[in-house]
Amino acid sequence: MIRVQNTSYAVSGTTILSDINLEITQGVVTALVGPNGAGKSTLLSLIARINKAQSGQITVDDLTIGDCDDRDLALRLSILTQDNTMGARLTVRDLVSFGRYPHHRGRATADDLATIETAIDRFDLTELADRYLDDLSGGQKQRAFIAMTFAQNTDYILLDEPLNNLDIAASRHLMPLLHDLCADQGKTIIVVLHDLNYAARYADQLVMMRDGQVVAQGTPKEVLTAQNVSDVFQTEADVRIIDGRPMVIV
Amino acid sequence: MFRGSKLLSLIVVALAVSTSTLLFQTVSGNQIIAPSIMGFDALYVLLLTCAVYFLGGATFSVLPEMTVFAVTMAVMIVASLALFSTLLGAAQNDVMRLILTGVIFATLFRSITSFFQRIIDPNEYAVIAANSYARFNRIETDLLWIAMAVLVATVVVVWRMRHRLDVISLGYAQAVNLGEDPRRATFWILCLIAIFVSVSTALVGPVVFLGLIVVSVARLVTPTPHHSVLLISSALVGAITLVGGQLLMERVFALTTPLSVVIDFVGGCVFLIFLLKGIRR
Repeated sequence: MIRVQNTSYAVSGTTILSDINLEITQGVVTALVGPNGAGKSTLLSLIARINKAQSGQITVDDLTIGDCDDRDLALRLSILTQDNTMGARLTVRDLVSFGRYPHHRGRATADDLATIETAIDRFDLTELADRYLDDLSGGQKQRAFIAMTFAQNTDYILLDEPLNNLDIAASRHLMPLLHDLCADQGKTIIVVLHDLNYAARYADQLVMMRDGQVVAQGTPKEVLTAQNVSDVFQTEADVRIIDGRPMVIV
Repeated sequence: MFRGSKLLSLIVVALAVSTSTLLFQTVSGNQIIAPSIMGFDALYVLLLTCAVYFLGGATFSVLPEMTVFAVTMAVMIVASLALFSTLLGAAQNDVMRLILTGVIFATLFRSITSFFQRIIDPNEYAVIAANSYARFNRIETDLLWIAMAVLVATVVVVWRMRHRLDVISLGYAQAVNLGEDPRRATFWILCLIAIFVSVSTALVGPVVFLGLIVVSVARLVTPTPHHSVLLISSALVGAITLVGGQLLMERVFALTTPLSVVIDFVGGCVFLIFLLKGIRR
């Protein structure tokens, strides 16, 4: 269980997150939604210990962020950030292989290699496996990074705008896959999404944020009301229920 | 005997320079940079100059070489941590700022050095002058054994870190994600670089562009992100460049041109090409 308690974060005097309290439901896909600058990515980076909160406590199961061993956490939780520029020049297979590093710390076993091939296969990267990341399109690169996160095979997976650069086919391939990972393997996934309709269609839980605070949390139907959309995003958009799920008419 | 120790020194220097450059590129996430461009060896020369200036040339020359080497190396480690650890944290994604700061540091160290050298007694100047320029023909072989021992110990440490280095080279967020602490790694890697630079500078003086050419060629020969391969290939390319280059200079050009001039010229061109390519991209 990921639990965020009284957590605040500020950068040079500007408050990014103020006093966040949040419990993430186990075993489902939770989408973080909200306008630009709401603090969604920052919250994710605090949970993944990329940035350090100034106050409050974040726990992942029995591990407290900041106190626990980084290696233990890497076996439990993985994150894919938005900015994926690399210093090194890697092939797709190199990148996906790094996902296994927390498990073998340098000496890959046959199991690790098998997991790597599964991940490459599952994200349709077989033909691209030996190409360099620099030579791929944005969408292909994004798929390679998601495959790496997949290969890390952690109970908790944090994805910061994974649909960036993905076309509709790739997005519609990825989102059900995330859903299946939760349903079949009991994983807990938090994903920052910009497109409210993807969140409404594929997420089990929504967390809506604005100005560094959590405004609403619940099922898509509970959170994605016309009232909330207008309050949080400052735009009047019609929300309709289609097949039991809300849809924002854009 | 002299020729054997000279060959050995060149290999020690090649290993120290190539490994320190590779480490620095890994920790800065930037492949067109080297410790010498950032002013590491200029710092070493500055420290020696300060020692001569404050202790006096007479006192300095009677100090055991071993002591001077050990103390300079310790100060080097502290100084490079103080100067570069904050810079690396802040400028990881800002290549131009990193290089610019490095060039300014290097120029500053060299200016202070030459300032001290100007106000110093001419006799004492002779003591420092020997340490301020790259020299492959007249190597400090007295230090060779201790330098070799230090080098071997440091190389063993680096080799044991090779898998961690792979992860660190992926950048801050990915390294954290994979369970490595980039801040702690940066601290240790800077210490190791300071030791390597002390070793090579003590033996042959500052060589600015050698590391950059060597590691760039190694990356072309073995295009892989894995340090288990890169460490070996860059050490080999380094040894071939230095030993082969010195051989050419001695036998073919009959010592008319110092090797360091050729290396700095070629290396400078390589650096410029990379820089311009980087800007265009």
